[in-house]
Amino acid sequence: MSCCAPVSELALDLAADGRRPDEIRLASHIVADGIRQSDLSVPGIHCGGCIARIESALAGLPGVERARVNLSTRRVTIRWRAEGAPPPFFETLRDLGYEAHLHEASADRKDPAVSELVRALAVAGFAASNIMLLSVSVWSGADPATRDIFHWLSGAIALPTLVYSGRVFFRSAWGALRRGHTNMDVPISIGVLLAFGLSAYETFHHGAHAYFDASVTLLFFLLIGRALDHMMRERARVAVAGLAKLAARGALVRQPDGSNAYLGVEDIAPGMTILLAVGERVPVDAQVIEGRSELDCALVSGESLPRPVAAGAALQAGTLNLGAPLIIRATAAARDSFLAEMLRLMEAAESGRAGYRRIADRAARLYAPVVHSAAALTGLGWLLATGDLHLSLTIAISVLIITCPCALGLAVPMVQVVAAQRLFARGILLKDGGALERLAGVDALIFDKTGTLTRGEPQLIGPDLIAPAALAMAGAMAMHSRHPYSRAIAAASGGLGAVPVPPDALSEQPGYGLEARLASGTWRLGRPDWALRDAAHTPQESAGASVVLARDGAAEAAFRFEDRLREGAADAVAALRHAGLPLEIVSGDREAAVAHTAAALGDLPYTANATPEGKRARIAAIEAGGRKVLMIGDGLNDAPALVAAHASMAPASAADIGRNAADLVFLHESLAAVPLAIGIARAAGRLVRQNLALAVLYNLIAVPLAMLGYVTPLVAAIAMSGSSVLVVANALRLSGGPAVPAARPAASAPLRLAGGNA
Amino acid sequence: MEDFLYLVPIALILGLIGLGAFMWTLRSGQYDDLDGAAERVLFDGDDRPIRDEAPPRQAPDQADPPKP
Repeated sequence: MSCCAPVSELALDLAADGRRPDEIRLASHIVADGIRQSDLSVPGIHCGGCIARIESALAGLPGVERARVNLSTRRVTIRWRAEGAPPPFFETLRDLGYEAHLHEASADRKDPAVSELVRALAVAGFAASNIMLLSVSVWSGADPATRDIFHWLSGAIALPTLVYSGRVFFRSAWGALRRGHTNMDVPISIGVLLAFGLSAYETFHHGAHAYFDASVTLLFFLLIGRALDHMMRERARVAVAGLAKLAARGALVRQPDGSNAYLGVEDIAPGMTILLAVGERVPVDAQVIEGRSELDCALVSGESLPRPVAAGAALQAGTLNLGAPLIIRATAAARDSFLAEMLRLMEAAESGRAGYRRIADRAARLYAPVVHSAAALTGLGWLLATGDLHLSLTIAISVLIITCPCALGLAVPMVQVVAAQRLFARGILLKDGGALERLAGVDALIFDKTGTLTRGEPQLIGPDLIAPAALAMAGAMAMHSRHPYSRAIAAASGGLGAVPVPPDALSEQPGYGLEARLASGTWRLGRPDWALRDAAHTPQESAGASVVLARDGAAEAAFRFEDRLREGAADAVAALRHAGLPLEIVSGDREAAVAHTAAALGDLPYTANATPEGKRARIAAIEAGGRKVLMIGDGLNDAPALVAAHASMAPASAADIGRNAADLVFLHESLAAVPLAIGIARAAGRLVRQNLALAVLYNLIAVPLAMLGYVTPLVAAIAMSGSSVLVVANALRLSGGPAVPAARPAASAPLRLAGGNA
Repeated sequence: MEDFLYLVPIALILGLIGLGAFMWTLRSGQYDDLDGAAERVLFDGDDRPIRDEAPPRQAPDQADPPKP
C-alpha cells in the first residue's frame, strides 16, 4: 500500500472499519488514573510525513491525551481520558487515508528476556573490555606486585559480572541438569565457573596466570549470540502480532430487558441472542433465528464460494457475514466453539516439532562428555606423570577453558540470525531458529487451496468484454454491497464514470442480489434465476453465469468470476517440482474447485472435502512413509495440520491461530516465498555444518596444545577470539538468493471458479 | 610506573559512566523506534516517547499511599 495515497476502496471498506466504542474500550487498558491506552496497528505508515500527520490529527481530537506513532513497528499508541466514549480514532485515520486495526495491548508487551539479555550483554561488554585492558598489561610483562593488583582488580570486576551476566547460562544449565539431561549451557557454565575459580585461587597465591579475561570474554561472545537470537524471535513475534486480528473480539448481545450490550467473546453463553452486523465474524457457534445472508467460510472450512444461510442454519464461529444483518442464537460458549475445537485438535496433534532436537543441542550432547572426559584424563595423566596436584588441575582446567564452546555457541545462532535477516528483507518472518533447521529438512509439501494457492476472492473474468454502460451500472449498484462478487464488479468498474444510484432506491436481497428502482426501470444484479423474468429461457450469453444484470427482467450483461491463483503460484510450484519435492493439495473445498486448481498448476495430486482431522491424518500418513512435510495453509481448519507438520508456513492473511501455529509467515502476496525460504533454510543448514566443522577443527588444534600444558591466558584469549570471529565471518557469507521479483501482473494464471453459485 | 594508580580508576569510572548511560537509554525506551527517531529530528514539538513502565492499576484508592 502506498503511504500517502488515500485508501482507494473507501466506500467498500466502510462497514468493516466501523468499530463500536465498546470494542475499542474492551481492547484498551488503564495506564494511569482515568487514562486509557489503545494500540492500533496501522500498516500504511511509512515516512516522516505520516508521523506528523497522524500525531497532529489524533492529538487534536477531544479526549486524547497523547498520540505517538512508532514507525519501526507501524503502530500508534493513543492515551485517552477514560470518562466518555473513546475518541473516533478509526474515522480520523480513515479520513487521512490510513487503514487501522485494533491491536491487543497485551500482545505488544516486550519479552522481558530480551531486555535482560541486552543488559547482561552491556555489563559483560564493559567488564570484558576493562579486564582485557588489565590483562594486556600483565601479558606485556608487569612486575609481580603490579600483576597481583591487576589480578585482584580483574577478579573484583569479574565476580559481579559472572553473577549478573552469567545467570542466563547458569539458570538454563541448572534446569537441564536437574531434569537429568545436558544442553550447551552446561559445558559453558562449568568452563566459566572453573576458569573463575582457578583464577581466584591463583590470585590468592600470587600466581602468574589468571583467566578472568577468558571467563568474561566467553560470556560476552556467547551473550552476543543469544541476544541476537532473542531479538530475531521478538521481532517476528511483534510483526505477527501486528497483523490484523481476524477473530471476533466480542458481539452485540440483546439483553433480556431489550437493550443491547457489547460483550466479550468469553462472556457469551449459549442461548444468548446476538445481533450480527454485516462484515462481522460469528463470535461463537450459533444458529440463525432471523434474516437471510451469505457467509464467507473461506478461513474456516476452505470453501471458496459464499454459503447462503437462512433461519435455522447452523453457523460456525469465525465465519464472516457478507450479506445482511442476522439475528442469531449462541449454541455453544466460546470454549466449546469451532475455534476451541481446533485448538483442542492442535494440542492433540502430535507436534511435528516435539520430537525434534536442535542441532546445537545434539552437538552439546556429544560435546560435553567428550570435553569433560578429555579434561579429566589430562589431569589424571599429568598427576601420574609429575605427582603435582596443582599443576595437573591447572592444565585440566585450561583444557576446559580452551574447549569451552565459544565458537560452537556462536556457530549456530549467528547463521540463524543472518538467515532470519535475509528472510525478513524478503517479507518472510521466521519464528525461531529451530524452525529454520526443520524447514531445511523437509522433503514433501502439502498446500491448502483457498487463500493459499488461490487468493480466496473472486475476480471478474474479461471485464473488457462487457458493455461499458452495463458494467458502470452494475458497478454503481455493487458499490453498496460487501458481497465478494459485488466487490469484484465494483473493482472492475472502477475506471468508468459513476452512474448515480441513490442508496434509498437500492435494496439488497440476501442470497439473491441487489435491486435498484430507478426512472430507467427496475434493475437487478444477482443470481440469474432471480434477476431474469424467465430463468428457463436465459439468453445464450448469460448461460452458466454466476451473476447477471437485468433491467425489468431482461438480461443486460452476464458476469463470470474466477478465483485467481495467488501471484507466483505457478512459478513456485514449478520451482519446487524442479527441485524434486513431491507436492499435493489438501483442501476443504469441493471436489470440482480443487480439481480446477490442481489442473491449472500442472496436475498436482489433490484431496478435496478434507476435514481438519483429515488434513492432519494425511500428514501423519506421509510422515509414516519416512518423509518430512512442510504444510502451507491459512485457514482455521489448517491449524491442526500446521502444528502436526514437520515445518509450516502461513500467509499474512491467515486466521489468527493458523498464523500463530505456523513456523514462518510470509507477508507478500507471492508464493515465491515458499521456494525462497526453503532455499535459504538449506543454505543456512550448510553453513551451520561448516561452522560446526570449523569449531571441531579449532578444538583438534587447541586441545592437544592445552593437554601438553602450553595454554597460557594469552593463548586462550587469542584462540577463543580468533575462532569466534571466524564462525561469525562464515555466517555472514549466507546470501539471500535472488530478491523477490517485482510484481508481474500477468504472472498468475486465471482459474475459473467451478460451477458458480447457481 | 605508578601512574596506573590513578589511570586505572579513571578508565573504570569512564567505562561505568558509559555503561550507566547505555542502561538509561535502554530503560527510557530510546531504542523502541529507531526508524521513527531518525524522522523526528525534523519535527518541532513534543517528541517524548510514551513509556510503558506504569503497571495497570485497578483503582486509585488501592495504590500505595506515598511514603513520608
